Order: sequence, then structure tokens, then C-alpha cells
Amino acid sequence: MARDTATSLDGRRAAPARALGRKPKPRRTWTRYRLMRYYVVPWLFLIPILGLHAFVVVFPAIQGVYYSFTDWSGIGEAEFIGLRNFEEMFFEDQSYIDALARNVKWMIFFITVPFAFALFGSSLLAKVKRGAMFYRTALFMPFILPSIVTATIWRYLYNPRFGLPTLVGYDKALLGQSDTALWAIAFADNWHFWGFLMVLFLTAMQGIDPVLYDAAKVDGANRWQEFWHVTLPGIRPVVLFMMMMVMIWAFLVFDYIFILTGGGPAGATEVLGIDIYKNAFQRFEAGYAAAQGMTICLFAGLIVSAFAFLRNRGWDI
Amino acid sequence: MIAKREFFLFRKQRESTAFNHIFLSILVVFSLGPVVLLAVNSFKSNAEMGLNPLGLPREMRFDNFGRAWEQGEFARTFKNSIIYVVGTVAVALVLCGLAAYSLARKNPPGGNFVMIYLLVASTVPIWLYLVPLFFLWRSLGFLNTYHGLILIYIALNAPFSIFLLRSYLIGLPVELEDAARVDGANELQVLLKVIVPLAWPGFLTVGLVVGLGVWSEFQVAVIFTHNPEMFPVTTSYFKFTDRFGRDWALTNAGAFMMIAPVLVLFLALQRRFVEGLTQGGVKF
Repeated sequence: MARDTATSLDGRRAAPARALGRKPKPRRTWTRYRLMRYYVVPWLFLIPILGLHAFVVVFPAIQGVYYSFTDWSGIGEAEFIGLRNFEEMFFEDQSYIDALARNVKWMIFFITVPFAFALFGSSLLAKVKRGAMFYRTALFMPFILPSIVTATIWRYLYNPRFGLPTLVGYDKALLGQSDTALWAIAFADNWHFWGFLMVLFLTAMQGIDPVLYDAAKVDGANRWQEFWHVTLPGIRPVVLFMMMMVMIWAFLVFDYIFILTGGGPAGATEVLGIDIYKNAFQRFEAGYAAAQGMTICLFAGLIVSAFAFLRNRGWDI
Repeated sequence: MIAKREFFLFRKQRESTAFNHIFLSILVVFSLGPVVLLAVNSFKSNAEMGLNPLGLPREMRFDNFGRAWEQGEFARTFKNSIIYVVGTVAVALVLCGLAAYSLARKNPPGGNFVMIYLLVASTVPIWLYLVPLFFLWRSLGFLNTYHGLILIYIALNAPFSIFLLRSYLIGLPVELEDAARVDGANELQVLLKVIVPLAWPGFLTVGLVVGLGVWSEFQVAVIFTHNPEMFPVTTSYFKFTDRFGRDWALTNAGAFMMIAPVLVLFLALQRRFVEGLTQGGVKF
């Protein structure tokens, strides 16, 4: 699974002093040597990247938390205004609520459509021997394309003059209408994304014991029953983990919408990312934008807690 | 083991995969079709694009590429993107390699805490710190500079790179390092002469994934650069519109040039790409 590398936290070797189970002789030179070898040198290797990471991510994140309680414009002094930003967001700013609703729509799209594509593709591919490598490469390929290129391709395909819709006699601009634009962008993003999910699921499926499939065969299971009772339970941890990640990612979406519609037409695709971008860099309301960013963090925390809660309640997540 | 193999043969005889091949082929057309169309269309003229939007070109227009190169200012954006990619990958591999080596082998006090820190930090939504980071970068004069963007890219890629490199290093036999130490190698020599030659597949994978991410990156670049002199290749796309609309011939040719190097690398090293990207899993 994606996080396996991160979850096994124990290093391979314990520090020799500990491994020996007894204290080394308290000689000064040995102590200094030990200090250098087991404490100073390892941390010298860690400090450069951790320092940079803290400087780029943690320090601004803490500042962001502070600014979210101010009316900072981005220049000059920031005045502390308590929870005023959040009050405005949830009770007065209709565009925030609308943007949030679009992120939820985006989330619903992404926990259904790409998962359906990926489960379908991977369950087909898991049974295939000949050409398996070709299929995997071809289906994964869109994932490596830059968002700008994926967007270009789909803007062309959605073109109302000569694109795909014209083949079925539909001559309206999918990206130019309020009711279709968000879904059209989501589908373009899905085209890019589902191959990645498929490869994750495929890897998980290869870990399912083949004996289970034979048992299902013996019991007379058809394809669908086999998928539902053997494959899906077998890869459930990966599916649920990715669902959690996708739900979090759904609040961060920016590229595709910025490139394809920039939030239009008439604000119909203005999600939180676009709203924050505009508030911070066009309307000079950096404090308010920081508060909006804070709420995304809050939603991410809620999603993670919900999954953790369900796991504690005995759901096998 | 033998039992498993027998079961395999048994299944293969019974189950037809024709159904699977048919639907997989449909999916392949869905995935590759748009990319093939992009490649094909980059050879068409604008007039032909309107008449023949989805077919093969009747007349090959190679000059699309030259014109797109000019109008998209690719000479400059390619150069900039190469600087961003090389700068990020080089520094990230050195710094993350050191950190991963320390975590995998030196067992630093607080090492577990570092891993948890990186895990949590890699899931913090970028919108929480992007706005303050912008103003911090402005006050430091880091906007519109190579190092300004490269530093951000290194930091954003650090958790993934450290995790992946660490798991590679843990898999290597310790004995070789000990042997080198017995022969009198110092820490740096152990790292350069033993670890790096053994762990190069890990470094290659991380380099490819980080490089691909930087080459494709758009969101951070568009916020942190405003000077056209510093724009990466992904911004060339905006050069193909005028007040009459979009020049599709040039757009397609430009997009194709943007992905050609990526596609070549991907086809040559696709196992590493797939492995690295699916283990990193922090990209949408």
C-alpha cells in the first residue's frame, strides 16, 4: 500500500550501546565519541532537509493560523479580529458556502467515478496474462501528463464546433454552461487520475490468495459474485485508504479549474481553491484567505477523524 | 508453491479472458485515444482542424512546431523548466538521501518522531500555508527567482523522497557498509562508495518522480512567478490565444512538445515511474 514505506517506523539497527544491554565504561573520550557518533552525526544529516521543510511548510502554516484571525491585506499591519473571518465565512459570505458545495460535488464525483473505472479496469487486468504489461502502461499513461496538457486535450475534445459532443449532435459548450462545466472538468481530471488508482488496486489484488478464487469457483460463483465476495474484500484496505485521501484532495482542487474555466462561467466552477486564490492575490484579503485555508485543514481533519472513528467502532477499515 | 502453480494452470484452462481483453481494449482506447489525437492534430493546419477534427492529417504541417516554439517562447520556458527540474532533483536527492541514510542506518534519537512529523506534514493541505508562504517569499525577495521556486519544490517533495529512499536503504545489506568501515572508510566514503552505487535504483526512481512533478507543476509556479523571464514550460499554453480565440494547431503542437520528453522517459523507464508514483501517492 501507498503508505507501507512510512508505517514501519523501526530502523534496522539499534544503537550498539543499547544493543549490548550494558553501559559502556564511563570514560570521557568514549562518551564524546558516542555523543558524536550516535547523536550529533545522525542529526547533522537530518537537519538540512528538516530545516528547509519547516521553513517552507511549518513556519508559514503557523503564520497562516495567526493570520486567519486577522484582517491582513497582505501588505502592512495585521489587526487581530478574533473569529470575525470565520463568522463572515459561514454566515455572511454566500460565495464561500457555494464554493464549499462545489467541492462536495467534486468529492462525490471522485469517490464514485474514478473508483468505478479503477475497480473495473483492475479486476479485468488481474486475470490477464498476455499483454498485461501493455495494458498497465497504456492505462497508467495519462497520469504522468501535466495538468496543463490534460486540460488542453479535453478543452479540444469538448469544443462545441468540432469536438466529441458534435458527434452526437450536441453543439453547446460543455465548459461554457453553468450546469455542465464542473462535471466536464471533473471528467477530464478523472481521465488523468483513474489509471493511478487502477495500478494501486491491481497491486493489492496480486496479494490476494489464489486459493480463495478457486474456492469461489468450486462454490459456483460467477464473475460478479467473485468480485464482490473475494476481490473487493481482499483489496478493501487500499480502497478505503484511497477514498480517504481522495476526499481530502477534493478540497484542494485548483489546477484543472483554474486552467479550464478560471472559476467561470459566472462563478459556476468557483471551488475553495479558486476562491482562496482570488481573495489572497486579487482582492487583497490575505487574512480572510488564510482563514479559508484553515477551514480546509479542518475538513481534512474531520475526514481523517471520521475514518479513525469508524475503525475504532469495529468497522474493518 | 507447487500447489499454487497447479491451481494456476487449472484456472487458465477453465477461464476465457476474451471478455477481459475486449473491455481492456476499450479502456486503452479511452486512455490513449486523446493523446494520439493530440499528436495527430499537432500536424494539422487550423483550417483542416475545423473540417477534419478527429481524423488523420491530409497534409502534414511540420511548421506548426517551429511556430509554436516561437510563439510559446519555448526556448525560454524549456530552459527555465530544466533549471527548476535539475535544481530540485539534484538538491533533493542529496538532502533527502542524507536524511534517509540517517533514518535507515544511524538510528537517530527521535527518528520515529521525524517519520511521524513527515507523514503528518505531507498531508497538511497546501492552502493552509501557500498564502503566508507567498508573503514570506515576497519579503525575502524570493519571488521570480530560480532558488525561490526550487526551495519550495524541494520541501514539498521531501516527505515522499525520504520515505522512499529510506525504504530502499533499509533493504540493503548492512554487511557491505561494515566491511567498508573495517577497511578504514569514513562516513562520507561509505555513503558515496557503498550506499549510492547500491541504492541507485531508489535514487533514480525518486529523481524521476520528483522531476516529473516539477516539470508538470503549475499551481505553485503560477503563484510564485510573475515575470515572464521566469515562467516554466507549463505557462506556454497561455501564449496561444489572442482576441480571436485559441490557435489550436499551435496549442496542440506546443502541448506535444511539452510531453514528448516525458513520454520518452516514461516508455523507457515505466516500471520505475509506476513504482515510484504509486508508492508516493501524494499527487492528484
